[in-house]
Amino acid sequence: MSSSSAFNDEKGGSSSVGEPEYGHDPASGGIFSSDYKRHDDLKEMLDSNKDSLKLEAMKRIVAMVARGKNASDLFPAVVKNVACKNIEVKKLVYVYLVRYAEEQQDLALLSISTFQRGLKDPNQLIRASALRVLSSIRVTIIVPIMMLAIKEAASDMSPYVRKTAAHAIPKLYSLDPEQKDQLIEVIEKLLADKTTLVAGSVVMAFEEVCPERIELIHKNYRKLCNLLIDVEEWGQVVIINMLTRYARTQFLNPNINESLLEEGGEKEFYASDDDEDDEEKKAEAAALAKRKPYVMDPDHRLLLRNTKPLLQSRNAAVVMAVAQLYFHLAPKAEVGVIAKALVRLLRSHSEVQYVVLQNVATMTIKRRGMFEPHLKSFYIRSTDPTQIKILKLEVLTNLASETNISTILREFQTYIKSMDKDFVAATIEAIGRCATNIGEVRDTCLNGLVQLLSNRDELVVAESVVVIKKLLQMQPEQHSEIIKHMAKLIDNIQVPMARASILWLIGEYCEHVPKIAPDVLRKMAKTFTNEEDIVKLQILNLAAKLYLTNSKQTKLLTQYVLNLAKYDQNYDIRDRARFIRQLIVPTDKSGALSKYAKKLFLALKPAPVLESPFKDRDHFQLGSLSHLLNTKAGGYQELPEWPDSAPDPSVRNVEVKDSVPEWSKCTSRKERKEKKVEKPFYSDSEGESGPTESADSESDSGSRSESDSEQTGSGSESEESVEESQSEEEEDEEEEKMKKKKKVDKSQPKKSESAESDQSSGEEQKKERKGVKQRRSGSESESEEESESESSESESGSEEDSESDTDTRKKKKTPASKPTAKDTKKESKKETKEISLLDLDDFAPTSSPQVTPVNNFLSSSLASDLEGLSLTDTVLAPTTIAPSASVRMYELLHRITGEGLGVEYCFNRQAFSPDPHMVAVQIHFTNNTSCETKNLHIEEPKLQSGMRIKEFPEIDMLPAGESVSVVMGIDFCDSTQAANFQLCTHTRKFFVSIQPPVGELMTPIFLTENEFKKEQGQLMGMNEISDKLTLGEKCQNDHSIIERVNATANLGRVPCGSDKDCRFAGKTVSSGSLVLVTVARKEGGGAQLTVNCEKMVIGTMLMKDILHALMQ
Amino acid sequence: MIHSLFLINNAGDIFLEKHWKSVISRSVCDYFFEAQEKAMEPDNVPPVIRTPHHYLINIYRDKIFFVSVIQTEVPPLFVIEFLHRVAEMFQDYFGDCSEVAIKDNVVIVYELLEEMLDNGFPLATESNILKELIKPPTILRSMVNSITGSSNVGETLPTGQLSTVPWRRAGVKYTNNEAYFDVVEEIDAILDKSGTTVFAEIQGVIDACVKLSGMPDLTLSFMNPRLLDDVSFHPCVRFKRWESERVLSFIPPDGNFRLMSYHVNAQNLVAIPVYVRQNISFFESGSSGRLDITLGPKQTMGKTVECVVVTVHMPKVVLNANLTATQGNYTYDPVTKILVWDIGKLNQQKLPNLKGSLSLQSGAPKPEENPSLNIDLKIQQLAISGLKVNRLDMYGEKYKPFKGVKYVTKAGKFQTGKVVPKQSSRLLFDKTK
Repeated sequence: MSSSSAFNDEKGGSSSVGEPEYGHDPASGGIFSSDYKRHDDLKEMLDSNKDSLKLEAMKRIVAMVARGKNASDLFPAVVKNVACKNIEVKKLVYVYLVRYAEEQQDLALLSISTFQRGLKDPNQLIRASALRVLSSIRVTIIVPIMMLAIKEAASDMSPYVRKTAAHAIPKLYSLDPEQKDQLIEVIEKLLADKTTLVAGSVVMAFEEVCPERIELIHKNYRKLCNLLIDVEEWGQVVIINMLTRYARTQFLNPNINESLLEEGGEKEFYASDDDEDDEEKKAEAAALAKRKPYVMDPDHRLLLRNTKPLLQSRNAAVVMAVAQLYFHLAPKAEVGVIAKALVRLLRSHSEVQYVVLQNVATMTIKRRGMFEPHLKSFYIRSTDPTQIKILKLEVLTNLASETNISTILREFQTYIKSMDKDFVAATIEAIGRCATNIGEVRDTCLNGLVQLLSNRDELVVAESVVVIKKLLQMQPEQHSEIIKHMAKLIDNIQVPMARASILWLIGEYCEHVPKIAPDVLRKMAKTFTNEEDIVKLQILNLAAKLYLTNSKQTKLLTQYVLNLAKYDQNYDIRDRARFIRQLIVPTDKSGALSKYAKKLFLALKPAPVLESPFKDRDHFQLGSLSHLLNTKAGGYQELPEWPDSAPDPSVRNVEVKDSVPEWSKCTSRKERKEKKVEKPFYSDSEGESGPTESADSESDSGSRSESDSEQTGSGSESEESVEESQSEEEEDEEEEKMKKKKKVDKSQPKKSESAESDQSSGEEQKKERKGVKQRRSGSESESEEESESESSESESGSEEDSESDTDTRKKKKTPASKPTAKDTKKESKKETKEISLLDLDDFAPTSSPQVTPVNNFLSSSLASDLEGLSLTDTVLAPTTIAPSASVRMYELLHRITGEGLGVEYCFNRQAFSPDPHMVAVQIHFTNNTSCETKNLHIEEPKLQSGMRIKEFPEIDMLPAGESVSVVMGIDFCDSTQAANFQLCTHTRKFFVSIQPPVGELMTPIFLTENEFKKEQGQLMGMNEISDKLTLGEKCQNDHSIIERVNATANLGRVPCGSDKDCRFAGKTVSSGSLVLVTVARKEGGGAQLTVNCEKMVIGTMLMKDILHALMQ
Repeated sequence: MIHSLFLINNAGDIFLEKHWKSVISRSVCDYFFEAQEKAMEPDNVPPVIRTPHHYLINIYRDKIFFVSVIQTEVPPLFVIEFLHRVAEMFQDYFGDCSEVAIKDNVVIVYELLEEMLDNGFPLATESNILKELIKPPTILRSMVNSITGSSNVGETLPTGQLSTVPWRRAGVKYTNNEAYFDVVEEIDAILDKSGTTVFAEIQGVIDACVKLSGMPDLTLSFMNPRLLDDVSFHPCVRFKRWESERVLSFIPPDGNFRLMSYHVNAQNLVAIPVYVRQNISFFESGSSGRLDITLGPKQTMGKTVECVVVTVHMPKVVLNANLTATQGNYTYDPVTKILVWDIGKLNQQKLPNLKGSLSLQSGAPKPEENPSLNIDLKIQQLAISGLKVNRLDMYGEKYKPFKGVKYVTKAGKFQTGKVVPKQSSRLLFDKTK
């Protein structure tokens, strides 16, 4: 299709002649017909039924749009496809729509209903994209619809949709500023949002719509400070800039004492002078006393502390934003930290360098010391672009001081030889500035510059002349030699500015060079007509001055020059000539002024101050466009001056509401103490409260296994220590607040769980999530160090319930078929429980079959109690691995990959009632999202041959924050191959797999000792595997051996007389092959492990697993 | 914020335009062209140009000007940084960020720009998220696409935007799990004519290529983290852990990314791997000059110096060069006045030498300044600062990844032959005079 369409576009008519033109109908070559017929083929393609044709057409149209070609006449054809099913077509239609809707408002309305439908979609991403396109269509008629959509989206469950709503606010505002008040309401609402996803976007909206409404920030200030590090880079920039302004209005100048001290000194001096007005003095003293003890507002400190880590950002804009914040807000002593980061930016792209250097130049004027250690970083390389060189020069000049001037001048000297003449000129000017600023080197510089006058390059000479002129003005008396030298130069120098400068100098100091000056005027009179205007003006000046001081020699010359000027083309020069003539040449008419001519022309002129162009630029907020341009750009918000007295800091306090945990400030000491007591309880989670750490707390929490709990532990520890080491008062308050919040979380576990669904990492949410995590880890009964008895108990209680449910069901259905199996199973289960109980009470392990039946009567509630106890037990001995096998959880779907749906599974070691050849797998779903998940079911199992799956009944609905457990059966065919299948929700499918440990492929059977020996006798030879081992330190008694074997494999204990042997029996679930395990203890901690099994592979694997368990 | 974007090539053609708010006529670029003309060289075009109604913020990269149009106050670095991010994204997607690549993939470019900004405010700038939305073109896919008419746009909705680790895409799966880290150090140095170091420092970066399944949580520690003076991180690195323990702890993005860049403590002496003996002189009469350059290895820690290239920016009056090189090849471009001598591997026994005469424009005065040399080099398996990675640990996933660390040292801005006035000789600006 795109083969031969190489035609020129009549309309676009740009430079792209001969380029292949997309979207051009090859048939329409004619000039007149083209407008009607062009794009006909595209229209046809868009009307076709085939998505591929539509796509091709849209691609060509978008390519036209990208090139800036007009494609507006296709609007009707394109807009029809807005509801197209194909995602890419749809996307391209959106692109087109956003581009042309403004021009074709009526037709654009056709598409609105599609977006309105999209706004109601259950999928958050579709809702968000519908809102995004709807708000991007700049059609005034739909303003009410947009307003409604934004309002609705602002209270959407999904933070992503809320973020999109925040983005839509400025769009609507620019379309219809009338809506401002309503939009501010929405902004206010979104500002209260606690997710990092929304924070950046809403502050952006705030800045565009109502930057003056600073009071909206009060309540959200602390939250924004705390969220900052987790907000995306671009949002960080916007928030930091806004907070800089905010801080300027709310806090006191941290450097106030310095200025005050100076002031105070002065005042004392005056005070001693006039002792009379004592009262005034007192008032002053009172004011001083009141203001002197400056204490930084804790919120001010919070801002400085939370922005500092961002200096390490890879994003130059973020670094610059933090740097300007420190420059404008930090105490003088702390500003230094930004220097290193800014110097780092100088290694970035040249555009970045350009902007950074501009800001550094401004900073160096105020705070020179900050950059002095980095002097060498500003040295200029021959490969730098000229504009960078000149800015570096500026910085170097600002940095020059008595101590480093010689180094800097030496460096400058190498620059003068550069081939880049603009740069050389700038260097000479810089030398001049150094000379004026640092008195010591003035003569040195002047001499150096004079030597430059003999430079071969005229530009260098000219620039030197200009600079010397400025320098000479400071002490002309001592430098008549130089003036003479310069007078000689007038013959050679052609650069007008330099000539003018020399002439001005001679005129000004003609008394120092009485002999040369008239001669110079003579020469100039000769060439007057050929000079540039500025030179002519200076010739007139020179003539006038000479006439006044030495009229005898120069009278005629002056008159000649004045006559020439009278007929000059330039009216400025004509005016000047007339003016001078009237002033200096006494005539009858000349008025009183001529008497003062000498005073007028030869007045003492103040020496010029060579100033940096960057002086006082810091009244613009650094890093801003306005600062760079040194003029106010549109929409620039002035950086307010510090207030004289601090506004009420309590406006930033936020009360704890019943439902939502928020920042609060606790005032009473007592309360504080109470909280402190609680600390050890929460101490473990404390670390997670830091914003950086918490990012991983979320991702880890699900997948964390025993081994890495220590890792996060160490992370949190260090974090804690950081937090603790900060002794400032507000620090404590902060912590307290966190704790308080946590407490609220705890008291409302339901709430926290539902809130957890928010995918973002808002500070608050993290804490809530932490709560959930703790609950979960409790139920896992892994060696997590935290234990929360209440929550975990309730959880495990419910689990137990469900287990017993299945138990009873099983009893009903298969009472006769598997009585023994069931019994032994029960027994083994009891055993583990019993063990934990015994363990706790420190009983001697006496495990005989007679004991177990007693335990059968344990009520489920008691069992759950035990479970709870066993949890505490693991806390006491955290090194024990997987103490109770029945609850070891494996992860099936991580909650991040599962978009909030977390799935875990365990082998609950119950017989699977519908099919005894299957292994029962208990699956535990947790819905962490904010919306309910529907239709959870299994699809498309991909299994090894022979394997079978009995799916669990479909779960119709899982409300947000809830969990549910189901049991499914898998026939693994006695292999450890994974069972792969898809887990489906109403929106998504996840590929998951369950891989059983070998120990879970069997089920216990009850055998007597004799039976065991008999069976063992039949499974000799290749079916017997045996190995020697050394028992692990904590595995020396029977009890722990039984515990460990049971943890590893689902086997039943065989009672036996000998206390040295432990025997276990079971059979594989699928084929029913016997599995016999013997552990014979020997002296000195050794043991012999024997596994007899018909299936050799299983035997070997089991051997390995048990060995591993026992050796530890 | 960012109103529109124009991409302009060196010839001054606007070959792509994108508007995020209402359309701004491309005639606004005339102000840019004016500034470009004034600046003579692309490097010298001011990054911010003021026009009566707009502000143009531009970057120059890979022979393309990215000119963005701004209407109201915005931090200029914000825009500049974003434009560079766009250029990097193109590079990431198309292999290079050239005009041809952009024109060939104009639809993808347009879709990318659409996703990266919303109403002028950055929306998705993480490569992993964008790749979930819009798949990068490959030869195979474009062939398949052209046959089947399927698309580059991802079928599934991107979940990355919703996550708290936006840099990582969900559901990553690899059969071979590998994590490679390249520690690349660059020496920035200015040496004077006698070979004394005027200024030297080491900049380093750690680039990573991580292809790991699931959600791995990595911890990278150094043997000698004290060497690092100033660091900047990818957003994935947990800053607090760095502050307290000096280890890099992070959930990595999928694929290639820059983990950190650092600056080595200034107190440490910088080893200079090569020395240069140079003698470039111009004769007052006869319009000719002589050039003699010899290079040799200095402090190389027993490693070979490779890929040595010497570049000399000759003064304008040098018309041509007639030289002989004992090793490698040289080229002289009389238009740009750049002499390039590509040496290759540095040989300890036989030092490479470039010698010969230069012909100057007759009648022109001899150049004042002797040109300085820019040297490019590479040393494999060596981080010149001595930085060493101690170990890499992975948490959160159960498989064993394959890990590797590579060290490379390069010359950054390495310049020799700067004429620095000596303190002993009488100076132009000597204080004693």
